Amino acid sequence: MVKSELIQILKDKVDLSKTQAEKVVDIFFDTISDTLSKGGRVEIRGFGSFSVNSYKSYVGRNPKTGAQIKVPPKKLPFFKVGKQLKKLVDNKTGG
Amino acid sequence: MALTKNDIVARVHELGFTKKKSVDIIETLLEIIKNTLEKSEDVLISGFGKFCVKDKKQRRGRNPATGDDLILRERRVVTFKCSGKLRKKINGQPY
Repeated sequence: MVKSELIQILKDKVDLSKTQAEKVVDIFFDTISDTLSKGGRVEIRGFGSFSVNSYKSYVGRNPKTGAQIKVPPKKLPFFKVGKQLKKLVDNKTGG
Repeated sequence: MALTKNDIVARVHELGFTKKKSVDIIETLLEIIKNTLEKSEDVLISGFGKFCVKDKKQRRGRNPATGDDLILRERRVVTFKCSGKLRKKINGQPY
C-alpha cells in the first residue's frame, strides 16, 4: 500500500474530501517527523513508538570496491512495534 | 515528554474538525495501516518510510538475562525503514 491508497481508503471510511484526507495524512506523518527531527520520541498506543538512535563515526568499507571509508556520525529513526500490532501481524504463524 | 496520539489528534482538531471527528480520523488511519500489515502487505509512505512485514525463520537464541539457550519459533514481524528524506531531516541536512 502506498500513501495515495491510504488517503483514498481513509477518505471513504470517515467521509472526508480528498483534500481533507491528504491534509490529515500529511499532518500525521509530518508531526511524527518534526518531533523526531527535534530529537523527541513518539508513542502511539497499540501501534508502536518512534525514537532516534545516534551512531558514532566508524571506518567502513565500500562493499563493491573494498575501499576504506570513514562513515560520519549519524542519527537514525528507530521504530519499536507495539504489542497489539506485533500480535496482530504474528498470529498467522501460530503464536 | 513523548508525542502521543492525543497530540496528533489535537493537530487534526486545529484543521477545524470536531474533537470527536479528529479522534475518529486518527483511529481509522491507524486501523487501516494495522489491517494492511496484518494482511502481510507493506505500507510505503513516500518522504517518511516503509513499514515492512518480514517472515523470520526459526532459530536458536539465548535469553540475554539468564544465558539459557532457547528456540525462537518462526514468526512474522514488522520492520521500519526510514526514507532518505526523513533521515536527512533528522540529521539536519538540507533536502
